[in-house]
Amino acid sequence: MTTVLRLPALKPAGLGLALAAALVVPLISDPGTASMAVFITMYVGLATAWNIMGGYTGYISLGHAAFFGFGAYTLGLFLVHLGLPAGYEPFLLVPVAGALTALLAALIGWIALRTRAATFVIVTIAFMFMLQLLAENLVNLTGGGAGLGLPVPTWGGDFFAIPFYYAMLALAILGVAVSWVIRRSKFGLGLLAIRDDEDKALAVGVPTRAFKLAAFVISAALVGMIGGVYAYFITYIYPQFVVDPLIGISMVLMVFFGGLGTLSGPVLGAIILEWSQLQFAYHFGASRLYLIFYAAVFLLVIRFLPRGVVPSLADLVARRRHSRAAGPPGPARDSAGPPPVSQGLAWP
Amino acid sequence: MTLVLEAAVLGILTGGVYALMASGLTLIFGVMRIINVGQGALVILGAYLSFVLFRTWHVDPFLSLIVTMPVMFALGVALQLIFIRPLTTDREALSVLVTYAIALGIEGILGYIFSTNYVQLRAWYETASFAIVDFHITYVYVFGFLLCLAILGALFLMLYRTTFGAAIRATMLNRTAAQLIGIDVDRVAALAFGIGMATAAAGGVVFGITNAFNPGSHYDLISRLLTIIVLGGLGSLRGAVIAALIMLVTEDITAVVVSPVWASFAFFVILVAVLIVRPQGLFGLRVRDRI
Amino acid sequence: MSLLEIAHLGKRFGGVVAVDDCSLSVAAGSITGLIGPNGSGKTTVFNLVTGFIPRDRGDVVFKSQSIAGLPPDQIYGLGIGRTFQLARIFPRLTTLENMLVPVRRAGWRALLSQRQWSHEQDRAMEMLESMDISQVAGTLGGALSYGQRKLLELAAVMMARPELVLLDEPAGGVNPVVLERIADHIRQLNGQGVTFLLVEHNMGFVMKLCHAVVVLHQGRVIATGKPHDVRANPAVLDAYLGA
Repeated sequence: MTTVLRLPALKPAGLGLALAAALVVPLISDPGTASMAVFITMYVGLATAWNIMGGYTGYISLGHAAFFGFGAYTLGLFLVHLGLPAGYEPFLLVPVAGALTALLAALIGWIALRTRAATFVIVTIAFMFMLQLLAENLVNLTGGGAGLGLPVPTWGGDFFAIPFYYAMLALAILGVAVSWVIRRSKFGLGLLAIRDDEDKALAVGVPTRAFKLAAFVISAALVGMIGGVYAYFITYIYPQFVVDPLIGISMVLMVFFGGLGTLSGPVLGAIILEWSQLQFAYHFGASRLYLIFYAAVFLLVIRFLPRGVVPSLADLVARRRHSRAAGPPGPARDSAGPPPVSQGLAWP
Repeated sequence: MTLVLEAAVLGILTGGVYALMASGLTLIFGVMRIINVGQGALVILGAYLSFVLFRTWHVDPFLSLIVTMPVMFALGVALQLIFIRPLTTDREALSVLVTYAIALGIEGILGYIFSTNYVQLRAWYETASFAIVDFHITYVYVFGFLLCLAILGALFLMLYRTTFGAAIRATMLNRTAAQLIGIDVDRVAALAFGIGMATAAAGGVVFGITNAFNPGSHYDLISRLLTIIVLGGLGSLRGAVIAALIMLVTEDITAVVVSPVWASFAFFVILVAVLIVRPQGLFGLRVRDRI
Repeated sequence: MSLLEIAHLGKRFGGVVAVDDCSLSVAAGSITGLIGPNGSGKTTVFNLVTGFIPRDRGDVVFKSQSIAGLPPDQIYGLGIGRTFQLARIFPRLTTLENMLVPVRRAGWRALLSQRQWSHEQDRAMEMLESMDISQVAGTLGGALSYGQRKLLELAAVMMARPELVLLDEPAGGVNPVVLERIADHIRQLNGQGVTFLLVEHNMGFVMKLCHAVVVLHQGRVIATGKPHDVRANPAVLDAYLGA
């Protein structure tokens, strides 16, 4: 796994091209594809956000669906109770949903992070189910099992998905930017240290509880905002479909698939897996078969690419590079003199 | 008042099932340090196996255990060897994903074979009941409870009175030390997983008799089991049993006193309260890495 | 002037009394050795002082301020660093990154500021050079040899300029050449004002490096003084050789 000091200077051209493509694509595709693009970008954002906690600190949260659902309901409830016109104004409430989700995460994190890694996983699951129960049972507030209807956007027809795509894209870019800033900072290094050896990190002064909580809150806030946009997109939300364990586990799988703790891993993992899942659903319908597909992908990835696609590819490239060079193979990333900031690898 | 008493008794009786399933789960964690989030799905699988035996040959669910327990045991050993043992790095995190994948796979396969309609295990005596004080207790609940007691008893006996049990406990306490004194920890792990599966089979029968289930039931089930073992303390068997009883009794009493809707929520509240005070659970050990 | 005062420290684990009414003081600017037979409680004392385990009884005073009960990260922030019996570094970070992890002041601006960080990087490289391990700055910690790890561990701990450093078996597991380098570095840092308290079994190392020695046996202090005096102390000989 490469880390902060080994990040190459951003390749402006390549990124610029990718960004331009992302901006233009929905305008030239049909509504069906635009819809797909919304979901794919959504998962890019979710995976990137989850990675800030799970990938950097190593604390695996399987309850992030709680924040997704909370963000969805927060936005929905604001819209319903404030009686806002259903135009573009609701998008302005998305950061509010994010801020409130951050508060929830601070509370949950304060309790959940008292435990070590194994218990933490389960406690996050527990909190997710608690939230689902609250959504189902606080009927006067949330509508309970009958769901909550949001005002329907004023634009429609073929254009419907486009603004949502840009909203999701903005959040995804925000997520990647935040991940990048964190990784280049001492805070990010501290998170990675926690992942490697938490007690040793404590011994050298890293305030582990504060750091873990911060990563958790940032991660949750991003997920909450994405949940808010999602709610507005699908206009009618039910507890079990927004506080949905499958959404929670999907973002985890995408990060593991792409490469835990890397920058491009979650992005690639989300694009590949969500695209495949949508194709699967489209061609085979919503039969139980897609669960078997998920399970199979999971197991294959863990068995053969336990570190994920991006690090495995990076290793492959590095090994090829070494064998092509005349010199004898030395320890990975040896260097004479000051450490290079760029390793020449595609940014991880 | 009798309602509360009845709820409490019911809670204890059904708590037995959860105690059994949770003990398998906590045993697996203790020996292998992995969280088997597929335990719920495997319980449901056990229930469906008994269901098949019942539907085709009218085998009584309790008797079907003679077949299903060994089958599930073998399946457990196989799963451990194929999917869990190869995990070397990031064991705890990856095992969660692997076992979740197994759970999804089982849910998918069961859904494909049996569809998502709810089914239930039946016995010809299922409506028979006897009276205590002012309320009735159905025999099946009692049989189920006794079965769970028996298996839990056998489990404790095995752990504390046999050499194999000692080997398991040694591995749970300190894997490296156990290896140093000659215990084949890999074999212990595989067998412990198998035992965990066998308890799932038994749990499946009792669960299936007292609840309607379908392939998707494992979510609710595993969330309860996981919270039980966290409350009890990961790796502690006695913790799992006590936590299971606390959970079910609390739920059933809350259902009667407050409302059924908030029943499971009450348990979560207890869990959170305990975690704030004792993050390691009731009987868990505060684990520090070697310092 | 005593930099660190340990007063009547006590700790038991179940039925085992690890530390029993232990009192000692470490003079500022000194290199003090903490010796004793295996199981005498030396590492436990370290863990108690640095906040890794809670004490049952007694107090730990650093620069006239009680630090008992503080968590390890705050203790490091106050100026006490430590190394571990088996050298611990971050295996998936490079040598240079290992140097940059230590946190002395955890203000948010400090943590996210790039300019401050490039100063830190320069300092880190200087320290690596003075320890003669700058050539592996880009190597992952997990790929270093054990001797390099030990040097890295010490260098990283020094990044936040602690005034007192607790070294747990600095001579353990390394060849004589690395051993000499470690001794040199300790002397050099001590000359710059750093106080050391080290746990060690290698008597030669202790004799030639330490200004004062404290002997622990079954959790209690049985002798203190200059190295040569302590070595001749019959109670000490008894503890090591007897029973």
